[in-house]
Amino acid sequence: MKHRHLLGLKDYPAADIKTIIDTAFSFKEVLERPIKKVPSLNGKTIVNLFFENSTRTRISFELAQKRLSADTVNFSASTSSLKKGETFKDTAQNLEAMKIDAVVMRHPTPGAALHLTKHIDAIIINAGDGTHEHPTQAILDMTSLHEKFGYLEGLKIAIIGDISHSRVALSNIYGLKTMGAEVTLCGPATLIPPFIEDLGVSVNYNVDEVIEWADALNVLRIQRERMRGGLLPSIREYRNLFGITTERLSKHKKELVIMHPGPMNRGVEIDSAVADSDQAIILNQVLNGVASRMAILYLLLGGKFEEGKD
Amino acid sequence: MNFSKLKKQVILKGGKILDPLANTIKKGDILIQEGKIKAIGKVKSNKSVQTIDCKNLIVTHGFCDLHAHFREPGREDKETLESGSMAALAGGFTRVCVMPNTNPPIDSPEVIRYIVDRSDECPVYIHPIGAITKGQEGKELTEMGAMLAEGAVAFSDDGLPVTDSAMMRNALDYGTMFDIPIINHAEDLCLKQDGVMHEGIVSTNLGLLSSPDLTESNMVHRDLSLTNLTGGRLHVPHVSSAKSLDHIRFSKKNNDKITAEVTPHHLFFTDNDLQGFDTNLKVAPPIRTIADQKALVKAVKDCTLDCIATDHAPHTIEEKEGTFDLAPFGMIGLESCFGAVNKVLVKENDMDQLSLIQMLTTKPRAIMGFNNKLFDIGVNAELTIIDPKEEWVFSRKDIQSRSHNSPFIGQNMYGRIKYTINKGHISVI
Amino acid sequence: MASPKIKNIMNSEAIDRSITRLAHEILERNHGADKLMLIGILSRGEPLAKRLQSLIQKISGTKTPIGFLDITFHRDDFRDRLVVPQVKGTDINDPIDGKIIVLVDDVLFTGRTIRAAMDELNAFGRPQKIQLAVLVDRGHREIPIKADFVGNNIPTHEGEHIKVLVKEIDNKDGVQLTQSRN
Repeated sequence: MKHRHLLGLKDYPAADIKTIIDTAFSFKEVLERPIKKVPSLNGKTIVNLFFENSTRTRISFELAQKRLSADTVNFSASTSSLKKGETFKDTAQNLEAMKIDAVVMRHPTPGAALHLTKHIDAIIINAGDGTHEHPTQAILDMTSLHEKFGYLEGLKIAIIGDISHSRVALSNIYGLKTMGAEVTLCGPATLIPPFIEDLGVSVNYNVDEVIEWADALNVLRIQRERMRGGLLPSIREYRNLFGITTERLSKHKKELVIMHPGPMNRGVEIDSAVADSDQAIILNQVLNGVASRMAILYLLLGGKFEEGKD
Repeated sequence: MNFSKLKKQVILKGGKILDPLANTIKKGDILIQEGKIKAIGKVKSNKSVQTIDCKNLIVTHGFCDLHAHFREPGREDKETLESGSMAALAGGFTRVCVMPNTNPPIDSPEVIRYIVDRSDECPVYIHPIGAITKGQEGKELTEMGAMLAEGAVAFSDDGLPVTDSAMMRNALDYGTMFDIPIINHAEDLCLKQDGVMHEGIVSTNLGLLSSPDLTESNMVHRDLSLTNLTGGRLHVPHVSSAKSLDHIRFSKKNNDKITAEVTPHHLFFTDNDLQGFDTNLKVAPPIRTIADQKALVKAVKDCTLDCIATDHAPHTIEEKEGTFDLAPFGMIGLESCFGAVNKVLVKENDMDQLSLIQMLTTKPRAIMGFNNKLFDIGVNAELTIIDPKEEWVFSRKDIQSRSHNSPFIGQNMYGRIKYTINKGHISVI
Repeated sequence: MASPKIKNIMNSEAIDRSITRLAHEILERNHGADKLMLIGILSRGEPLAKRLQSLIQKISGTKTPIGFLDITFHRDDFRDRLVVPQVKGTDINDPIDGKIIVLVDDVLFTGRTIRAAMDELNAFGRPQKIQLAVLVDRGHREIPIKADFVGNNIPTHEGEHIKVLVKEIDNKDGVQLTQSRN
């Protein structure tokens, strides 16, 4: 693996992404066994350092770590007790002093994961740094797409929703472009960042056109805070213009794969019936989440890498 | 840096005397006696006189900075008037104007008095810039008349913009009575919101909240228009964007009461340099694109920009070592100024040495009404001696400030301050 | 460095004869194919297991269930070497509880691969018995593992290497002894 840490998918080598996806499939098999455990990370200590609430990502990582026989420690810091910057460095140095092998960190500030690498010698995995990147989510999304279609190159993926505030979107854009897929973004103009086309993606505000074009839709959660910021008039308006509703999908007679990183606002960006339909691979994403996180941890922490010979 | 009292007689021998007022560069010697210029030309040296070999060095006026933050009173942990003076001397500056966003702010004649008195004890001439509004709250004008009488040289709420246009108009209007510059930190706080860098391709890639160049240029346009309306004097601080330059250039055609400054960091860096999330590059106004950088260089050369000012802004290690969103805005800049601007302007963009020196000496002094005849016989020696071609790497050792928040550490510099002579003392850098 | 000397120890017919004998021995020892399950250890254990399965079917009429193990995740040198597993890895679809498992591999050497395989089998259930069938036993055990069914015993020295070639992967059958000169 070219990089010691996993901080983001920008400039992450395609070969390494492929290795992670392939290894994830091997681990998926492990997750089907009666005893879902391999000894690969026996004796390694991993800290889940979450400065922001996230039950599902943390549980996914925790399961991945335990299935690999690693020792897991959870640290949750609520923002109110965060004494701004001071605690970050102190926390990092305290962990360092306890001789841990890896840190999985989620933090509300972009650049926080990179910042942590300056204070700590352990391997860092970014579980989401503010509105910057969320590489493991993009990897599990790509694993799920690969599983469904058998390939990624040339796939047409539409990401729908609040792109500006989405680290899931940015990481997916980097990863999918690296793997040769095509990406179109769709959402309210106020929620699509300027200059985003520079990353090689298209932007289209007409969700029906986008649905016609795409092989798969990655539907993002709409946060109610956006209305207070003057960026979005109402939930109703969003649903009318961009909601992936049963009504809207029924107008398009085509094979379409539906994805969502979760948690879903059923009835807002996506209808319940759509989320529960056969087209949706949302639960697969969850399982692939554990498998791909196992792959990432295995590849980054397991011994010195040698070209795969036996 | 070695700081000591000047000997009774000192000869600066064989240097290139660059007179930015007379526009000349002549090889010659300078004799300084009891801290004053005694003779210029050919001076015989003898054993009892200290001789400083200035072969291949430029001897010129000490630099004047119109924009620095010495954190006294209130945050002496970041900088004091003394430590700021040392930083200034290391950068070749003999005169510094300090901004009023201290704690308490410099918003009354009493605090102006305090700064002026303290400055007498400092090795650099320090001139207080008074706040425009009381407490910098943007609601009531300060007692400009009384503050000027105590020694204020200009007025600014720097750190904060004067958001209320009526208040800005009043400040310019009131200021016409005194013929002093009003300096507004142009930043539309509503457009800025929580932006921490320039809104562009780089900010999109970094996921950082950002603000567009209009945040500055809209307000610059407002200030220029109000200046035309009132007949006041405006000095635009730390111009960062091409759009602002367009407005300034246009206004200057018909109004000679407008001046503008640029910082070394806006000339040296671009937003690309923020890829590593270095908090030392977090400044307000933010560092913008290559196109803006090129426009700034062009504006220096065509005199749209009048002078270079450092916006020296010390912050503690603890404040700057946190995550990007929480770090305060600002970097120190006195010590690194010349090496940086000389490299960008003279070495890389064909500006002539004399013009650059004018941007650090006569032009800023003229804006504030300071004496520019620094090579007159009998005048207090206020000089700096420079090796214009030395290539060096800026390091922590070169910093004299109490704070170390500089992104110039590790950068290549061109041109180096060797000595600064001021107030009867000499600093050997 | 001179290129290593390669000696052909077994040819295609010899291999066929050995595998046929192994099939008979497995059936004999276990009194038939009842409860038998073959598990091939990737990579070359897979085609060998498949051949055994077809031979056992020819002889006894029973098609024994078959599975495959990729032991990558259970290697005991995981602290030192990172090995990336193969894409088509472990594949065990039938329950192993109560079965007589015959592990199939090409070469038995230190025994660590077999230990890893047994460790991995634990995750799937509890067999009644585990037996081991190998095409070649080259000696030099580092842990106490013994093969129940051996195609050919080929004693070797350190610095020698046994390579088994199978039609399905290498386009031909053979067993080679390589001497690397150092």
